[in-house]
Amino acid sequence: MITISTALALVFFYAPLDAEQGFIQKIFYVHVPLAIVSLCGFVLGGVFAIGHLRTGARVWDLRSYCAIHMSLIFAVAGLITGSIWAKASWGHWWVWQEPTLVSYLIVILLFATYQPMRFSIEDPERQSRYASVFAVVAAAFVPLNFIAVRLSVAFVHPRVLTLGGGNLPGSMRFTFLVSLLGIALLFATLMKYEMAAKSARSQMRALRRTLYGEDSLVAAGRSAAPR
Amino acid sequence: MRAAGAILRKDLLVELRTLETVPAMALFAVTVFVVFHFALDVATLSGQLAAGVLTATLLFAAMLGINRLFVAERDQGGFDAFLLAPVDRSAMLLAKATALFVFLVVLELVAVPAFTLLLLARAIVPLLGSLALVLALTNVAFAVIGTLVSAIAVQGRARDLVGPLVALPLLLPALIATARAIGPVLALHGAAPPGRWLAVLALYDLVNVLVAYAVFDFLLED
Repeated sequence: MITISTALALVFFYAPLDAEQGFIQKIFYVHVPLAIVSLCGFVLGGVFAIGHLRTGARVWDLRSYCAIHMSLIFAVAGLITGSIWAKASWGHWWVWQEPTLVSYLIVILLFATYQPMRFSIEDPERQSRYASVFAVVAAAFVPLNFIAVRLSVAFVHPRVLTLGGGNLPGSMRFTFLVSLLGIALLFATLMKYEMAAKSARSQMRALRRTLYGEDSLVAAGRSAAPR
Repeated sequence: MRAAGAILRKDLLVELRTLETVPAMALFAVTVFVVFHFALDVATLSGQLAAGVLTATLLFAAMLGINRLFVAERDQGGFDAFLLAPVDRSAMLLAKATALFVFLVVLELVAVPAFTLLLLARAIVPLLGSLALVLALTNVAFAVIGTLVSAIAVQGRARDLVGPLVALPLLLPALIATARAIGPVLALHGAAPPGRWLAVLALYDLVNVLVAYAVFDFLLED
């Protein structure tokens, strides 16, 4: 049902496209929702990690991992679409003066270290715990980082990105909201898929272990991945 | 509290007797200044560029200290011994962070004069007060985040890789604030560090101390 809603939302997305002027501007409907959803996903990963630390149940760690993993993918996609939009509308692939871009980049760099850090720890229980600690710290870091980077841009410098939320005319605002909903639903769907896949695989491995004994298991991909 | 004092004393004594970490950090910092001289091809620096060079050097030297922080505990069973003792686990965080803070202070006592001699375009003595204030706040950020990251990394396989990898993004706001705060101080005509950046540093320190205090216990469970 979630998939159908996602598909519908994306179909809607295409319908009001003719209301805007300038084709390049339409990538904004993909880029900004990606950025928003990925940032929320990172914070959500931290929230799930708090759940894991408090209850010790592995399902919270699975949720935290999937949330961060998905958010990282969405965030990189947001970075790339933002870069394309920047090149098309401002003529540069990257600008340092824009605090949103720079703080976004720093957040991506931080969460990109999540998987190397996580998989360098072999004991599974310790791995989950340490990953949760990291997720909590990193989620607390996201707003701090944005504040620090934003302050570092001199206020006299003209804001290059002129997106006033209140300036969107009705049809554009509606399209934006629909695409935001669509990307959010896509995130939720993909996250559920990833969680289902991982749960199924871990259950199957447990079954194999019971039926055939310990030796029948081949390390699946990254042996230390959360199962 | 007494447990933290005991661990701190142990760390400082070990460092004093073996002289493993801090001389390496100091030497590294001085060498990096030489590298910067050649990389930037300048004889003297001032202003924001000088602040950037100093901050970056202190960062990379601190990475060395962070890598070494928990290694002795890991290799010689210090974690298990600590878990057996009936003390509050945050004592380890307090002790290690303070030890790292002390190491960084000693590092800066060597690195800042070296920087002045080698690269700075102006006299340092009138600036020492403001510089000390900013660097004290920076050291708190390095110490807290460094301890946290070091505890995470030391249990893994590639600990010398994962440590700096995770610590760098976490330290970026502190670095931004430090560099921007020191920039006006090191300018040719000198000025006080902007209050805004001191406030940012202090806030960042506070939040990180609270977060570290909240999560550190989970790192020590067996």
